[in-house]
Amino acid sequence: MTTMSSAEPTRRDFLYIATASVAGIGAAATLVPLIAQMNPDASTIAAGAPIEVDLSPIADGQVIKVFWRGKPIYVNHRTMKQIEEAQNVDVARLPDPQPDSARVKPGHDQWQVLIGICTHLGCIPIAHQGPYDGYFCPCHGSVYDTSGRIRQGPAPLNLALPPYEFLSDTKIRIG
Amino acid sequence: MSGHPTYQPQTAFMRWMERRLPIGGLVYSSFVVYPTPRNLNYWWTFGGILAFMLGVQIVTGIVLAMHYTPHVDYAFDSVEQIMRDVNYGWLLRYLHSTGASMFFLAAYIHLFRGMYYGSYKEPREVLWILGVILLLLMIITGFMGYVLPWGQMSFWAATVITNLFSAIPLVGESVVTWLWGGYAVGNPTLNRFYSLHYLLPFVIAGVVVLHVWALHVAGQNNPTGIEPKSEQDTVAFTPYATIKDTFLLAVFCILFAWFVFYMPNFLLHPDNYIPANPAVTPMHIVPEWYYLPFYAILRAIPNKLLGVIALAASILILAFLPWLDTSKVRSARYRPAYRQFFWAFVIVCIGLGWLGAKPPEGNYVLFARIFTAYYFAFFLVILPVLGKIERTRPLPNSISESVLREGKPIGAPAPPPAAAKV
Repeated sequence: MTTMSSAEPTRRDFLYIATASVAGIGAAATLVPLIAQMNPDASTIAAGAPIEVDLSPIADGQVIKVFWRGKPIYVNHRTMKQIEEAQNVDVARLPDPQPDSARVKPGHDQWQVLIGICTHLGCIPIAHQGPYDGYFCPCHGSVYDTSGRIRQGPAPLNLALPPYEFLSDTKIRIG
Repeated sequence: MSGHPTYQPQTAFMRWMERRLPIGGLVYSSFVVYPTPRNLNYWWTFGGILAFMLGVQIVTGIVLAMHYTPHVDYAFDSVEQIMRDVNYGWLLRYLHSTGASMFFLAAYIHLFRGMYYGSYKEPREVLWILGVILLLLMIITGFMGYVLPWGQMSFWAATVITNLFSAIPLVGESVVTWLWGGYAVGNPTLNRFYSLHYLLPFVIAGVVVLHVWALHVAGQNNPTGIEPKSEQDTVAFTPYATIKDTFLLAVFCILFAWFVFYMPNFLLHPDNYIPANPAVTPMHIVPEWYYLPFYAILRAIPNKLLGVIALAASILILAFLPWLDTSKVRSARYRPAYRQFFWAFVIVCIGLGWLGAKPPEGNYVLFARIFTAYYFAFFLVILPVLGKIERTRPLPNSISESVLREGKPIGAPAPPPAAAKV
């Protein structure tokens, strides 16, 4: 209508613009609950609270799997040989360069805690497999070392570390 | 289009109806007297077969939904209950699971037919794009349906496919959490997949209406790729196309029934009869056969983000086909070079499907990369260039000239004596 009249804007023009604006804002506001309902609900978030893991029963060289927020968490009690292998790597040559010291807590070199989900497409790597005696993902062939760093295959990143802290020398809290 | 008889309602009720909702006239003009090119071959019957398969999937799916429970604790058991306890449940489920394979088989034949005879070219671009949208909807619907039995393959297919979105820079992780409704694939994921798996077939049905509408505006392509010019070039939809469609549908149903009754699990994975276990990924995880070529393309690229982009591009590139192919000639019958590149493309697609089922190592990866390169080169290099340089064969003057000699079908038996006198 405005294009057809060269005169001043009319009250009808005002009504058109005002109506369209209200309708647009209303439609956008309606989308908020429709989209937000798909995010994790309150019970899912509550079930994602921190968990405590007792480390004392885990033998030298043993890997255990615990679940936190539906994700498998690997707790690897590394042997001296594995620690040395993880530390004696030319970090600059790694696809996702990270020294082993950045992937464990200070003074707890033997405890490697990581999220056991391949950073490629979310499969569960198998512990103590692959050429680096670390982790091997059977889906698309990604290979991780004993520090959980990506060494071969399509995965772009090292295995992620969950937030965790040592409550004592034999107990950690994940989350 | 003129010269065809108009609809004359035969009963008082239909005459009453026709003045209020002219559905009889619509059916009559669209599916009875509608002119179809007289040279259509059997490759043109797969549209009808696809409509039939959509009907089969909707009917069996609605019935299965009456017995299925979309909950992580009950889904697997409810599917087993359908198989063992529900009356004819085994038949209905096998029809549905095999039906998905048959649906994709028909869709791929339909798609390759369109590519061979240039059915995507002006004025059928919108018709073609609607078809690509239908393929995309089928892929999404099929994937979500595969998740519902909540076996190992269901769970890990859901995990791997939703994780494709984690490749998106910056917001990827948030998008994946939003898709899951949790921090991993779980009950909220199963529930929403069930809801969408029920919804999308009806969206497909709606797009099919647009697809058929666009077809009836532009008219059907045909093996010569030239438009009908006179009434001699066309025959009525009924009985000619109807009987041809019905005949091949019956043959297709024999194949369908063969799988349903004799090898219903041939196209499924044994691992999916193991209940979903979030702690263990199966050693060898592969999608259903109809996704294997795309899966092979994903795995051929040694970079996560680029692999996902290539996967999406391999489907979406089809929508641009009408503009990538620069040739004025539609049908491969008159494009000798295109015909060879086309068949190489078909072999590459089948080869990618074969490689998609193989472990991602050694020569399998090498060949997957070569085939992926050809797949994209076909669209981005070969088609644009070939249209400019190819020497096409001369086109016939009309459809009837290509199939009739002195007014009689080429290769047809002599007409019966009674007809000869006329």
